Amino acid sequence: MTHLTRHPIDVGDLLATVQSAERGGTCVFLGTVRNDADVTSIDYAAYEAMTFEEIERILAEAHERWPESRVMLQHRLGLIPVGEASIAIAAAAPHRDAAFAACRYVIEEVKKRVPIWKKELHVDGSATWVDPSGKPVAGGLRDR
Amino acid sequence: MAKVSVRFFARYAELAGCDWSAVNVSTPATVGDVIARVREVFPGTQAMPPRPLAALNRRQVKHDALVNDGDEVALLPPLSGG
Repeated sequence: MTHLTRHPIDVGDLLATVQSAERGGTCVFLGTVRNDADVTSIDYAAYEAMTFEEIERILAEAHERWPESRVMLQHRLGLIPVGEASIAIAAAAPHRDAAFAACRYVIEEVKKRVPIWKKELHVDGSATWVDPSGKPVAGGLRDR
Repeated sequence: MAKVSVRFFARYAELAGCDWSAVNVSTPATVGDVIARVREVFPGTQAMPPRPLAALNRRQVKHDALVNDGDEVALLPPLSGG
């Protein structure tokens, strides 16, 4: 399974890559596009080569920390409407503690390290790059 | 002299007016030197913060990392994936 897709994410396919008879706990995280203010959709762009390598490193780190777990993730790129998933992470482990921990680790590291950017598209046709640092960007201030 | 590829993404690509270029810098040179050269060649990028996030050959680095001929430096706006 590829880490980047331009199509809707199939969670069933993602689960199939991590589940097995010996892994009794599976945790799924979905990040979906929120209907903040007048946002209709978000356009996701990536530095794809680095994103792929960084995701591979993060998954390898998760495996090192929770050796019996298996984690897979998919990030969607391009235009994603409100309500649809931009990222899905599935983590399976023999017991739930490791499944939750590995899933949490991966999403937090993705947020910090993976070179992906989102541009919010608004009802009035305008667009704004999201700056999570809260500093002003062209077109307005974004605090997320 | 080193020729370094430079990649711009998201808002920085809009500021630069392109998403890819190459600059020449006198060696030894750092990522910071490449960014200084970029600000000269692409005046729009002067609107970037003083110390933008940067990657060298697809890994995030500090601005004092040394660059070599043929390297790729990427300028990364604040990340907002997930």
